[in-house]
Amino acid sequence: MIEVRWHGRGGQGAVTSVELLAVAAIGAGKYAQGFPSFGPERRGAPIAAFSRIDEKKIKVRSGIYEPDVVIVLDASLIGLVNVIDGLKPGGKLIVNTPKTPEEIKKELNFSGVVATVDGTGIARKEMGVPIANTTMIGALLKVIGVMGLDAMKEAVEHRFGRIAQKNLTAMKRAYEEIKISN
Amino acid sequence: MAKRVGMEVAVAVAEAVGQCDIDMAAVYPITPQSHIAEHLSDLVADGKIDAEFVTVESEHSAMSAVIGASGTGARVYTATSSQGLMLMHELLPIASGMRLPIVMGIANRAVSGPLNILNDHSDIMPQRDSGWISLFVENGQEAIDLSIQAFKIAEHKDVLLPVCVNIDGFQLTHMVEPLEFPDQELVNKFLPPRVPYATLHPSKPVTMGAFAMSDYFTEMMKAKDEALKNSKKVIIDIWDEWARMFGRAYKPVETYKAEDAEILMLTMGSMGETAEVAIDALRAKGVSAGLIKLRLWRPFPFEEIRAAAKNAKKLIVTDRAVSFGGPGGPVFSEIKSALYHEAHRPAIYNYIIGLGGRDVTVKDFIGMVEKVIPYNAEKTVDTYEFWGVRE
Repeated sequence: MIEVRWHGRGGQGAVTSVELLAVAAIGAGKYAQGFPSFGPERRGAPIAAFSRIDEKKIKVRSGIYEPDVVIVLDASLIGLVNVIDGLKPGGKLIVNTPKTPEEIKKELNFSGVVATVDGTGIARKEMGVPIANTTMIGALLKVIGVMGLDAMKEAVEHRFGRIAQKNLTAMKRAYEEIKISN
Repeated sequence: MAKRVGMEVAVAVAEAVGQCDIDMAAVYPITPQSHIAEHLSDLVADGKIDAEFVTVESEHSAMSAVIGASGTGARVYTATSSQGLMLMHELLPIASGMRLPIVMGIANRAVSGPLNILNDHSDIMPQRDSGWISLFVENGQEAIDLSIQAFKIAEHKDVLLPVCVNIDGFQLTHMVEPLEFPDQELVNKFLPPRVPYATLHPSKPVTMGAFAMSDYFTEMMKAKDEALKNSKKVIIDIWDEWARMFGRAYKPVETYKAEDAEILMLTMGSMGETAEVAIDALRAKGVSAGLIKLRLWRPFPFEEIRAAAKNAKKLIVTDRAVSFGGPGGPVFSEIKSALYHEAHRPAIYNYIIGLGGRDVTVKDFIGMVEKVIPYNAEKTVDTYEFWGVRE
């Protein structure tokens, strides 16, 4: 089972991302959960959301405290929130930033695998908005590798209709452009 | 077999209710039930189901509206949570007293104060004695299935009682997970149109909810009690029919690795599957542990609880509500009552867990079992404990 914690700010679409990812994974025949950090949400405030993906039925319904992967939708949260809290040994950190993985490793004094991609830059270019939640699904799928990008197509089309293709293009770019450290 | 789809459970509950040919719904939105209200109103507004969605100004009005509509013979639905359910409280015994087959989804949530919007069972527990059939689900699939079954149970001529389906708020309502929707044609076969016992109609006047003083009131209460107790047989029959038609079986009390277990744990609601993972881990360590999951809260399944607990030495009952100043949590009280006259009964321990959304993990469940291992089972334990409380 892969457990993922998403960090973002209210309004940046982390909850939409975990929903899309779960719907797509289930559509691809896997078992998955997607859920927000429970409670009231405020636009701009730091929030978390969670994903679980497995090949067999998932029974656990408690929160995720020791994720395999952490994905940060908004790099300004680094330093504000301990984004690597509980990250499993060997766990991976993905950050939406134009910086290199090495720069982030240094900032966080973190020795594990870091992957970075300028998701906001891609989203701005491909969709005309600085909202990188769907873009970063591409980055996540590259890092966790449980399913291909094509698995996202139906869920994204169902959710976004005529702007789905732009989302898929941005997702693909993040998938291709992400830089992963050792 | 139906295709598995990923969907948020609250939305799925509204979809499932939409499969039940309802005539009318009155739902006042409240966190964490709101997505049920929103999606059901979408289904009506989009013309996907042919029903009246009555917008009301409060939960008291929602329950009043479904009582009136149900009296006319309509198939009706409402849903609420927490303070909304507390506001309905006054009307709940009226619905059961009038023998109206109303179905209500409850996205269980803590009650104030202090204000809290997260999950526990303190909203349903004060409604315990209102004469409603009360079912608990532990995952999204069960939320779909039981929301459909509830109409058939409620409307059965030997039942004619309102039914509430308890769906843990957030842990279930806000979870996107794999779900299967039953085939609509099969649902139509399983759930034919309601045949009301009596209907309110201007051209054929009847009185419902009439006046009864000391001459008849006791008899009315006895009748309601009998109806509720007798409903268990109908519920079991309907679950058997569901298993035959849809392949998923339901029982009043579910067990997991319980038959030979020395230490049993009991859960109700969405924590059951998390507890199963703990049982697996304990078994792997050589601990003889098992799980009982209570699905039917009212009518209370006495025989099934006795059968499930008969071989155990110790039984840990978890409660997600407090009976302040009482003997323990409300589930604990019932379990103790059920086992009191048994010649061989386990020592029973009570942990109050998961209040106001506090997470309960696999580690917590393992900890509860490991804590009672050294206890002397002969010694009666009359106290209950708030698991993990900071003092």
